[in-house]
Amino acid sequence: MAPNSVTQTNVIDQEAERIREDLLRPLFRTSWRFYTVVGVLVAIGLPGLAAFIYQSYSGLGVAGLSNPVFWGFYITNFVFWIGISHAGTLISAILRLVNAGWRRPVTRCAEAITVFALVIGGQFPVIHLGRPWLFFWLIPYPSERHIWPNFRSPLLWDFLAISTYITGSVTFLLLPIIPDWATVRDRSTGLRKRIYTVLALGWQGTPREWHRLETAMSIMTVAIIPVAVSVHSIVSWDFAMALVPGWHSTVFGPYFVVGAIFSGIAALIIAMALLRKFLHLEEYLTPVHFNNLGKLLLLMSLLWFYFVFAERLTVWYGNETAEMPGFWSVQRGQFAGLFWTMVACNFLIPFPILAIKKLRTITGTVIASATVVVGMWLERFLIVVPSLEHKFLPYNWGSYRPTWVEITIMVGTAAGMVLLYVLFAKFVPIISMWELRGGEHATAAEVAARGVVGRSGAVPDATLLGTNG
Amino acid sequence: MAHQWGMVIDLDRCTGCEACVVACHAENNIATVSPEEAARGRTMHWIHVERHWEGEYPNVRARFRPVLCQQCGAAPCEPVCPTYASYHTAEGLNAQVYNRCIGTRYCANACPYTVRVFNWFSPEWDKPLHLQLNPDVSVREGGVMEKCTFCSQRITAAEIHAQAENRELRDGDVTPACVQSCPAGAMVFGDLSDPTSQVSRLARLARGSKLLEELGTLPAITYLERE
Repeated sequence: MAPNSVTQTNVIDQEAERIREDLLRPLFRTSWRFYTVVGVLVAIGLPGLAAFIYQSYSGLGVAGLSNPVFWGFYITNFVFWIGISHAGTLISAILRLVNAGWRRPVTRCAEAITVFALVIGGQFPVIHLGRPWLFFWLIPYPSERHIWPNFRSPLLWDFLAISTYITGSVTFLLLPIIPDWATVRDRSTGLRKRIYTVLALGWQGTPREWHRLETAMSIMTVAIIPVAVSVHSIVSWDFAMALVPGWHSTVFGPYFVVGAIFSGIAALIIAMALLRKFLHLEEYLTPVHFNNLGKLLLLMSLLWFYFVFAERLTVWYGNETAEMPGFWSVQRGQFAGLFWTMVACNFLIPFPILAIKKLRTITGTVIASATVVVGMWLERFLIVVPSLEHKFLPYNWGSYRPTWVEITIMVGTAAGMVLLYVLFAKFVPIISMWELRGGEHATAAEVAARGVVGRSGAVPDATLLGTNG
Repeated sequence: MAHQWGMVIDLDRCTGCEACVVACHAENNIATVSPEEAARGRTMHWIHVERHWEGEYPNVRARFRPVLCQQCGAAPCEPVCPTYASYHTAEGLNAQVYNRCIGTRYCANACPYTVRVFNWFSPEWDKPLHLQLNPDVSVREGGVMEKCTFCSQRITAAEIHAQAENRELRDGDVTPACVQSCPAGAMVFGDLSDPTSQVSRLARLARGSKLLEELGTLPAITYLERE
């Protein structure tokens, strides 16, 4: 027995060491591809910044907005990105809560999407202001003006909800990074060591520290779920609270939350596929993960379809004079093309791909996710614009056409999102090393017991990564 | 006692001449925009005359309805403003504090009458209009929302005048620019809290109705429908 257990320990140690090497490689080695990607993203992002400066200087009129379509692409993008942000924290919190073992390599990629999507999405309410330099008047602080912001305004709820969510998400993301940063600190020298020493906050890995970390994560896991749900409900209430036909609907809260999680999972699948390819994480992000997330995406696609159907049906059946012009403009008017594209992207295309087991591969889920991201953007646009074009009095009806300024800013911020993510993956192991090891122990021992030692080629990936952990 | 300012517009008298629109621009320092901007729906009119066609060709009649801020008693534009730029005065007016406005444009979306206008660019006046700005009305900068005030500067001026003469405001002391300029006398302005004022008497007529009354916004403007 004794020699056997020695072998087991060695196997575990070797395995853990190999994982660390694999996951830390992107931090220590920088190829020309990294600089190319960063350069391209900066080149796409800077025109967006320039367009925003131009807009601030010239006036919001350089955007395509007009009376009565006072909100357009900016608010569409705001809702879209806040939706994408539900990729991470919510999904990862739910998976942690139900202790799904396969989550381990997924959680950090997901939580990072949340934080950066919030950073990007949160810019749009400022970009869209008539006087963006005064955005801080939304912040409740005692000032020389002796006036608080208006707590009855859904925009203020937005501000409070999103700032709470970003605080929570950053905490949720950073807490489990601390042990990994400590690992980086222990393995580096020079300037890098100094930086990671600060970041690791003096982590030593004592049982007390582990206990505190786990307690903190348990609290955050439970706390972040209601915050995430409230954020997108409040975003939906920006619309639902206003007396605008097509907006003033009770279904908007849950409808938006479902749509948010839907687009969030899609973004996560795409991000994971790219990370897998470019950081060579084939062993860690396996078909099992894409299969499981594909099933979740399938569920959300069905839920999304249900909500759209319920919302459209009740409006159509109610047949209210004020509601119908906006309704028909979407169903068979100038927005019909976009509407049916949305239905195809969010349901008709992804549903069969995700429902048929043979098609639920990495490529399959990525294709489905790409259409879902496009479809969910269209959904946000179709909620914001057609209703504003058709308010109560037909004399005031108008139309909306975005300008190059809005499109440049939109593309630029999207590049900014990818850039933040790429930089993050450069400075942080994108897969949580210690959590992976936590899930590894039992299975590595099992593997050793079966006498199979070595790379994953010989072992089903699911087993290696502790699907049942 | 606080006044409750209100208006009656007799649609039977309105000819759609738009003198009210011009007078409003002159009185309230409202910017003019280029034809291209106007075609994009960016005119700055605080009052506009809606034209509707009635009947089928060739028996068609044009109907006109001047629409300005309805100065709602329960205004949808007010609670949505995050900075209190849009707020309710003691005299029942929906005031807009330009300096407090950061330009979210939420109020304009919430307004069912679409009578709020936004400064998409900093204002310009076609020459020589720039020489005739009203000193009693502040000019607005780009990026803020503006709207009809019921000519609050004229209300204030009338109150100061009455105070100087040591008397209460009388019916007819305050006349907004649109009312003053209406050649057909279709518009009447006054205090709805005084049951004997002309506006109160007209507002009680059977052919009076409120615009989009069913929304429960409690407009202060009564339209007298055509007979």
